[in-house]
Amino acid sequence: MSAQTAQWQDVAPLLQVRELSKFYAPGKGCGDIDFDLYPGEVLGIVGESGSGKSTLLNVLSARLAPDAGQVIYQSEQFGELDLYACDEAQRRVLMRSEWGIVHQHARDGLRMNVSAGANIGERLMAVGERHYGNIRERAQAWLEAVEIDSSRIDDRPSQFSGGMQQRLQIARNLVTHPQLIFMDEPTGGLDVSVQAKLLDMLRGLVAELGLSVIIVTHDLAVARLLAHRLMVMRRGQVVESGLTDQVLDDPQHPYTQLLVSSILQN
Amino acid sequence: MTTMISVQNVAKTFTLHNQGGTSFAVLEGISLAVAAGECVVLHGQSGAGKSTFLKALYANYSVDAGAIVLRDGEQQVDITQAPPRRIIALRQQTLGYVSQFLRVIPRVPTLEVVMQPLLDLGVAREVCEAKARELLTRLNVPERLWQLAPSTFSGGEQQRVNIARGFIVDYPILLLDEPTASLDAKNRQVVVQLINEAKRRGAAVVGIFHDEDVREAVADRLVDIRLSK
Amino acid sequence: MSEVATGYNFAYLDEQSKRMIRRALLKAVAIPGFQVPFGGREMPLPHGWGTGGMQVTASVIGQQDTLKVIDQGADDTTNAVSIRRFFARTAGVATTEETAAADLIQTRHRIPETPLRNGQILIYQVPTPEPLRFIEPRDSETIKMHALREYGAMQVKLYEDVARFGHIATSYDYPVMVNRRYMMSPSPIPKFDNPKMDRMPALQLFGAGFEKRIYAVPPYTQVTSLDFDDHPFEVQSWEESCAICAAQDSFLDEVITDDAGSRMFVCSDTDYCRQRVAQQEANP
Repeated sequence: MSAQTAQWQDVAPLLQVRELSKFYAPGKGCGDIDFDLYPGEVLGIVGESGSGKSTLLNVLSARLAPDAGQVIYQSEQFGELDLYACDEAQRRVLMRSEWGIVHQHARDGLRMNVSAGANIGERLMAVGERHYGNIRERAQAWLEAVEIDSSRIDDRPSQFSGGMQQRLQIARNLVTHPQLIFMDEPTGGLDVSVQAKLLDMLRGLVAELGLSVIIVTHDLAVARLLAHRLMVMRRGQVVESGLTDQVLDDPQHPYTQLLVSSILQN
Repeated sequence: MTTMISVQNVAKTFTLHNQGGTSFAVLEGISLAVAAGECVVLHGQSGAGKSTFLKALYANYSVDAGAIVLRDGEQQVDITQAPPRRIIALRQQTLGYVSQFLRVIPRVPTLEVVMQPLLDLGVAREVCEAKARELLTRLNVPERLWQLAPSTFSGGEQQRVNIARGFIVDYPILLLDEPTASLDAKNRQVVVQLINEAKRRGAAVVGIFHDEDVREAVADRLVDIRLSK
Repeated sequence: MSEVATGYNFAYLDEQSKRMIRRALLKAVAIPGFQVPFGGREMPLPHGWGTGGMQVTASVIGQQDTLKVIDQGADDTTNAVSIRRFFARTAGVATTEETAAADLIQTRHRIPETPLRNGQILIYQVPTPEPLRFIEPRDSETIKMHALREYGAMQVKLYEDVARFGHIATSYDYPVMVNRRYMMSPSPIPKFDNPKMDRMPALQLFGAGFEKRIYAVPPYTQVTSLDFDDHPFEVQSWEESCAICAAQDSFLDEVITDDAGSRMFVCSDTDYCRQRVAQQEANP
């Protein structure tokens, strides 16, 4: 098999995070965050609510300015970018082209008053596509890719189930072939029965498209299935990080041990 | 002979912070070398740390001291020091691990579960599917189950699905944690054949087997993992 | 016509307010299509009746100017008559119904059929100045979208039209790009009139009284209507011609003539229609 003889080669990080801090009040926010994210890597950020993981995600995805520190991103269009030193125009271009943001509540990430096709097509139009036929064709292909019947293309998201809305949100983000996706509790509001299907789909898409993902979740089962490595947060600090199964099966920090031991075994 | 696994003075202590900070040493001063085509069977009393050691070889557990160097093509990787993405690349192409427990996303059909590791390497779907079918057939998993998710299967069926998944990629290093436990004689024999085929193509195998017949059929060497004092 | 009212400043507004509005107008002309906020004043009629257009007219009109006011193309509708009379009384200016004779034309919902010339000013009454409003309710965000020229979302509206009707069904207030830079609402004129805005020799001023915004298109400025490559911009056309003047090139209103559903099509631009009839009578 050719894949077996391929040599592992180190590559440049996609995202470099240096001494990043954002506090609303002492203990509220996140501080001293340092890590690199590499192309194709899925990083899970876990911890209880209030641990600062959502704040961190907002700072990383250029939606909330930090108090201190840097986020350096390797952009396809602009080269190396210091996210909070660069032009806001560039950050906004990233958000609609090279990045995707999947919100916990689909209605925060979708336009509920326009059709599914328009929701997917918007990003294409935002990056300059002006051919209706092409937009429609690609919207249809992406609906199918996220397992939504393409005959629903003209329906509004409000007519969709929660799971479908979440899948539509994913399609809307992926249509411009982003290289980095931020996800905030993507399975959070869904029934357990719907979660599994979404997780399997996400896992497949991430592997197939070679996406880099930063996913915030409080659900360690979700983290185990999707993330290559984890950062465990508590009171705004990273207390432990490493390979996902190592962190979950052989936790070192007292807080991680407590977190892991609190899960019900099946 | 090419050395595939080289373990030097590995030590491991568990500390349970939430149970009064209790510490107990599990591994101490363990060294081991495994060559390509060789099968080493870990030996020792229950609780001696065999399984912990095997998990350390997979980087599933961390170690406190020592080095675990695995050969990945032309490169040598010390997995106690390597970054997570290096270990993931290693696991995708080089390092296989089969336990007796199946851990997969619920509701994914058996055939998909089995072929996934090969698909992840970018191998064509038809090739993956053909190989998955062959393995499931050899392991006597009835074809009517292939399109169903394994979560509803019996323990033995799940275990065989897991073995098929573990053997679908021709890993140069294979770690087996009691894969034959609770299998019937016929299926144990299939697993023995799979292990011996892996050895013949040059895989280095490290395993834990409780069945003496399996052990004798595959082992080149027994290595004692002694309970640390 | 009417008596000139006493006790009011020329054209009703005080001079300071007019200066403030003229400053906004200068800025608007300098940045074609950009919405300039201004300190809108109260006018003696409700918002939605053309107070934005009236404030602009009051600020630019001079004693020697002749004013024409149209509403839906007609000079004789209530709104047009009221506003024309308002300026006749407060400014004592001459008024006309003839497009070519006017220096200033205040309009609601139409551009006259007779081509305008350089030196004339067309003043639009605007109810909703922000073309991005339907997709983005936050002002802070639409301002950013304009600043960064992020207009992809606007295309969503056209996409929805084509998906639902098979063609771009938006027929009035059809969004335009001004000078290839700012997206602009042309006010609720029919899209039939959009091509007239492009490189128009006259100055076009837009006043939104309720939202207190002023914007402008200077003479000879490029104005293009949004579309898709495979669904190009098109204007309305009619099988019929005007039942009064037989015009085939003007915007037609459908008029129901009796309870039996009989109907006829007539020019929406009453001045244009009347001139054609006069011409036909002169040269039978």
